[in-house]
Amino acid sequence: MAFPHRPDAPELPDFSMLKRLARDQLIYLLEQLPGKKDLFIEADLMSPLDRIANVSILKQHEVDKLYKVENKPALSSSEQLCFLVRPRIKNMRYIASLVNADKLAGRTRKYKVIFSPQKFYACEMVLEEEGIYGDVSCDEWAFSLLPLDVDLLSMELPEFFRDYFLEGDQRWINTVAQALHLLSTLYGPFPNCYGIGRCAKMAYELWRNLEEEEDGETKGRRPEIGHIFLLDRDVDFVTALCSQVVYEGLVDDTFRIKCGSVDFGPEVTSSDKSLKVLLNAEDKVFNEIRNEHFSNVFGFLSQKARNLQAQYDRRRGMDIKQMKNFVSQELKGLKQEHRLLSLHIGACESIMKKKTKQDFQELIKTEHALLEGFNIRESTSYIEEHIDRQVPPSHCSRGYIVLLSLTSVVPDSSYGPEHLLTFSNLRRAGLLTEQAPGDTLTAVESKVSKLVTDKAAGKITDAFSSLAKRSNFRAISKKLNLIPRVDGEYDLKVPRDMAYVFSGAYVPLSCRIIEQVLERRSWQGLDEVVRLLNCSDFAFTDMTKEDKASSESLRLILVVFLGGCTFSEISALRFLGREKGYRFIFLTTAVTNSARLMEAMSEVKA
Amino acid sequence: MDCYTANWNPLGDSAFYRKYELYSMDWDLKEELRDCLVAAAPYGGPIALLRNPWRKEKAASVRPVLDIYSASGMPLASLLWKSGPVVSLGWSAEEELLCVQEDGAVLVYGLHGDFRRHFSMGNEVLQNRVLDARIFHTEFGSGVAILTGAHRFTLSANVGDLKLRRMPEVPGLQSAPSCWTALCQDRVAHILLAVGPDLYLLDHAACSAVTPPGLAPGVSSFLQMAVSFTYRHLALFTDTGYIWMGTASLKEKLCEFNCNIRAPPKQMVWCSRPRSKERAVVVAWERRLMVVGDAPESIQFVLDEDSYLVPELDGVRIFSRSTHEFLHEVPAASEEIFKIASMAPGALLLEAQKEYEKESQKADEYLREIQELGQLTQAVQQCIEAAGHEHQPDMQKSLLRAASFGKCFLDRFPPDSFVHMCQDLRVLNAVRDYHIGIPLTYSQYKQLTIQVLLDRLVLRRLYPLAIQICEYLRLPEVQGVSRILAHWACYKVQQKDVSDEDVARAINQKLGDTPGVSYSDIAARAYGCGRTELAIKLLEYEPRSGEQVPLLLKMKRSKLALSKAIESGDTDLVFTVLLHLKNELNRGDFFMTLRNQPMALSLYRQFCKHQELETLKDLYNQDDNHQELGSFHIRASYAAEERIEGRVAALQTAADAFYKAKNEFAAKATEDQMRLLRLQRRLEDELGGQFLDLSLHDTVTTLILGGHNKRAEQLARDFRIPDKRLWWLKLTALADLEDWEELEKFSKSKKSPIGYLPFVEICMKQHNKYEAKKYASRVGPEQKVKALLLVGDVAQAADVAIEHRNEAELSLVLSHCTGATDGATADKIQRARAQAQKK
Repeated sequence: MAFPHRPDAPELPDFSMLKRLARDQLIYLLEQLPGKKDLFIEADLMSPLDRIANVSILKQHEVDKLYKVENKPALSSSEQLCFLVRPRIKNMRYIASLVNADKLAGRTRKYKVIFSPQKFYACEMVLEEEGIYGDVSCDEWAFSLLPLDVDLLSMELPEFFRDYFLEGDQRWINTVAQALHLLSTLYGPFPNCYGIGRCAKMAYELWRNLEEEEDGETKGRRPEIGHIFLLDRDVDFVTALCSQVVYEGLVDDTFRIKCGSVDFGPEVTSSDKSLKVLLNAEDKVFNEIRNEHFSNVFGFLSQKARNLQAQYDRRRGMDIKQMKNFVSQELKGLKQEHRLLSLHIGACESIMKKKTKQDFQELIKTEHALLEGFNIRESTSYIEEHIDRQVPPSHCSRGYIVLLSLTSVVPDSSYGPEHLLTFSNLRRAGLLTEQAPGDTLTAVESKVSKLVTDKAAGKITDAFSSLAKRSNFRAISKKLNLIPRVDGEYDLKVPRDMAYVFSGAYVPLSCRIIEQVLERRSWQGLDEVVRLLNCSDFAFTDMTKEDKASSESLRLILVVFLGGCTFSEISALRFLGREKGYRFIFLTTAVTNSARLMEAMSEVKA
Repeated sequence: MDCYTANWNPLGDSAFYRKYELYSMDWDLKEELRDCLVAAAPYGGPIALLRNPWRKEKAASVRPVLDIYSASGMPLASLLWKSGPVVSLGWSAEEELLCVQEDGAVLVYGLHGDFRRHFSMGNEVLQNRVLDARIFHTEFGSGVAILTGAHRFTLSANVGDLKLRRMPEVPGLQSAPSCWTALCQDRVAHILLAVGPDLYLLDHAACSAVTPPGLAPGVSSFLQMAVSFTYRHLALFTDTGYIWMGTASLKEKLCEFNCNIRAPPKQMVWCSRPRSKERAVVVAWERRLMVVGDAPESIQFVLDEDSYLVPELDGVRIFSRSTHEFLHEVPAASEEIFKIASMAPGALLLEAQKEYEKESQKADEYLREIQELGQLTQAVQQCIEAAGHEHQPDMQKSLLRAASFGKCFLDRFPPDSFVHMCQDLRVLNAVRDYHIGIPLTYSQYKQLTIQVLLDRLVLRRLYPLAIQICEYLRLPEVQGVSRILAHWACYKVQQKDVSDEDVARAINQKLGDTPGVSYSDIAARAYGCGRTELAIKLLEYEPRSGEQVPLLLKMKRSKLALSKAIESGDTDLVFTVLLHLKNELNRGDFFMTLRNQPMALSLYRQFCKHQELETLKDLYNQDDNHQELGSFHIRASYAAEERIEGRVAALQTAADAFYKAKNEFAAKATEDQMRLLRLQRRLEDELGGQFLDLSLHDTVTTLILGGHNKRAEQLARDFRIPDKRLWWLKLTALADLEDWEELEKFSKSKKSPIGYLPFVEICMKQHNKYEAKKYASRVGPEQKVKALLLVGDVAQAADVAIEHRNEAELSLVLSHCTGATDGATADKIQRARAQAQKK
């Protein structure tokens, strides 16, 4: 179980430096406002902040009380208010309302706004429009990279996805470029760069400009990481929308991992309390099962439990000295392991319960059928049943949306008017494409369009279809051999390829692209795939001829997911790394999954 | 060498003053200095002469001429004065010439006679005219003080950041003060004035009478006053020929002197050096120059010509038609070395070196003497220091040679001071050159700093020399060479006779990609000279597109700016341009521009979504983007509108938009929503409860849950809810209600379009096995096994599966067989399987 790394696998760079940098900068900013102050923190920043600086560090730097930024008047009585926010207009209006209320009351306080990771001109303009630009001082906390794990860096910017892929807003790209610049100043230049996607290309070019402006600093440094691969989320929506079946992904889908930690409710902890658990490589139990297919996890855990018991049992027949040794050295570790083990077993149980309730098997089957492109009719009726049962779209999103992105589906206003906008969003982001009138409808589509008839009076032209996309997916799938041909059972215990993350049914497209490019060290021979992905102008390679890169560093690969990546993709690439003797490092704008993607696309009533 | 101290004049016992020639003036002055307004900038700065001032001339037909010369008399500029009468001239700290006109306007000229700007000293000054004006220097910059015809003072402490301050009235002042000066104390500018026997100090709040301590009696009027370079000391000259010297705070007297000359002096200035204890003032009359200090005797010089005194940090410059001289106290190091019969270590070392050159053994004797006293280090230091204060390169050399000689006998003498002195002197000698004409002393140079000196060279357009100095001193490129090249380029763009292409090429050739050179700054200068095309050409060389944007905006090339901003990838920059465009263009053109730049458009839309919803609507309208307009109104229908009528109206607008967008599906759905809203409103009125904002599905469910089955049916029919969905809905709702009777009735109302398996499932979800079993029997054959398993009837499920001879079903049942209870069933299945296989 839990495949160990190959002995020759390279060491990962130490990313804890990023945390220290962020902490020092925050402290510096807090010290800029000497004296006692109250700190208002945006909800989205709370978890990341917690990973950087805990309350006692904040208190040390004279933070008195902590508040959450929410749409309520502040009760703070401090003379100095400090706001730690994302650069959002909504926040600016909140601050403005607070300051203006003080002004009305004839009260003067000091206000400081710290934008993380950077401030935007639009924010300053809103402050100006609200007439408080002169009253507040603005600062930037360039905290853009949070190491969630030894090999996972997150920018914690979930809005990147919606802002860029839906609204076409490019403001975060610069932030990405700056983050990359920071990495290259800390860990040396990247000799080999690859990328695919419009955003990837832009981020890459901006980053290059930054490097040029400041050249000299990184020059001459030995590269620690040999390759960087940038990838846009819209190159591969399908993978992100699939239901996850590796343990970490499943935990994310079920309990939502937030900023590297998860809240296990009473049903998991088998007590009356919820428990916040950090999930990373330091959790030894978790580390062994995180990348496993779920079907193996339970067996593994019970084996583990037996081992643990055996170790406990050893103390029988010990003499006093041995016992003393045991208690002082091993017992603590065993207890810790015990605790973790029971937690993960609880989590497994809870997942099993939930999954059977939701006809998980059916769902997975439908998804796989869709991916493979057969049984469309059954799949459609499955989805239809879901609509009939009014399972909320983000909840049952998996099959539903895989279907959306592969074939076509009918939006239905019975979900309420705001979802009409959701559908229009999906279409805009390219998850759905509207069919041009006059296109011949395939059997599937006419079947689907029948569903509309009752709602939209049989106007077939209104049926949404992603005909082009779908047929592309088929072609890509064939070209890249995404659906492995299996004779007999796919042995999930001994995976053969990355498809194991989806029960052997599908190799994640994103990971396959990365594998292929790394193998060729270029996009050569992948022209057709690139064309099918509509990325002909946005696939690039850039190699610097430097012999300084050690063979060690050349086996370290930084993969940058612009728009988020899923734990399944991470697991798949970790698997690939083990096979080939690479180590992958992941940098993502945020960790995502199908539900989060759907939420990002949804219009919700405020 | 014996005569080296010939020009040393002792003042009292402890100090010597010497006067030496800096330059013989090259200028060809036609008039006497006394006929001109004169202004000379400190730190060896330029001299401005305004000939033919108005006060004498009656013939206004002759326009006066303003000449600017370097300190060596090289002409820098000459221009005809075309503005009004000038009262006073003065140089600012940035070496800009300030010309104070009679009407209170101050015209600012550059070193080369280029007009920079002008400002006014206020209405009061304009009305009462300027009687007298002084330009003075403060730590903030340069100030202007004005005495108006109404005998009031107005001043500004910094002309760079003009804030006019009108000083309070002096009580009973009927005529102009006999003399006055601007004082700067504690970072505040004051005016000190003398009226008859009284002295007054004006600050911006009050006017107070002051008396200098220890002033000799019998003074009926002050004729002249002088403030030292650092504002620390004050000297007063009275009508009795008595000179009082003390601190500028008037708290302490330093010394006094009676010169017995009652004629008012032409000029009186302080002559002291920093960190020296000696205090002396230089007083000048028509033909006489007197240095007075704390000594019974004064030093007297005869002036052959009309002369002008320029106070400096460490002495006084005196120039006339033919010469330019420097008068200062001999610095301590020089005095030690050169004083007659001096036995100071430095003096001995100098002597030793000379003997050594003569190959005389005396060199050894002198050296031994110094070493015996253990003063060699001190000797070397003295020689180095004295070299700095010498004007003649020969003397500098011999002193440095002596220092270098002495250094050989020292083990550990840090070389820095020697090396730096050599470098500094080289730079100083270069700028003191007659062609350059900046006669800086070593102390002044240190005070000024190399950066400022470079700036001044640049100001004089002496680019090659400046670059040579940078390279010689190995200054970092960004501070040194690049900066100077950039200045050169800025000057180059002003050469209007050269074509745009040539200038651009010349600049690019010379600058290339030198780090630290900002092409956008140079372009800004080109634009400032009205050469927009050249500016655009230069901007092309700017590698950072972000830098190009602000200037392009200024040049009103907003659209180009927009594309450059987009190129830069900096959304903030794009936003800046957008706001600029928004104000500059009319709305239609603005939207049109946006339309061609999708990236900018998305950015602006995002902003509008949060901040300017109306603009967003206009944007969609402009583009005929009916789809988005529809979405916009839909959003408004639930986000912005409160009243139901408003919401329906918004939806109606949305539906219209969707029709226009040929999105009939959305239109129909929207219309449905309108109907639903109205209906929900009616339901709320009639039945009470909460219906608004529920989805259709939830509305029907709520109705069923509330027992309004009829209405629910009606609603389902009205909105054509598909049968299957309605069945699911009713099934779920009734099961939730646990209304098993109604459920059964419903199940029998007609054949279920969704089959009966869901009935079984839902009942089991409510843990009602009894009801579930009822429906299990009605489930169709394909799903029968599943249903039976759901209700837990494994045995019967097995029977059915065997009957169906369906392998999949058999395995399914088998997997449900647990433990002993189902042992028999399991066997049965196994048998059936075996049988099937046999066949």
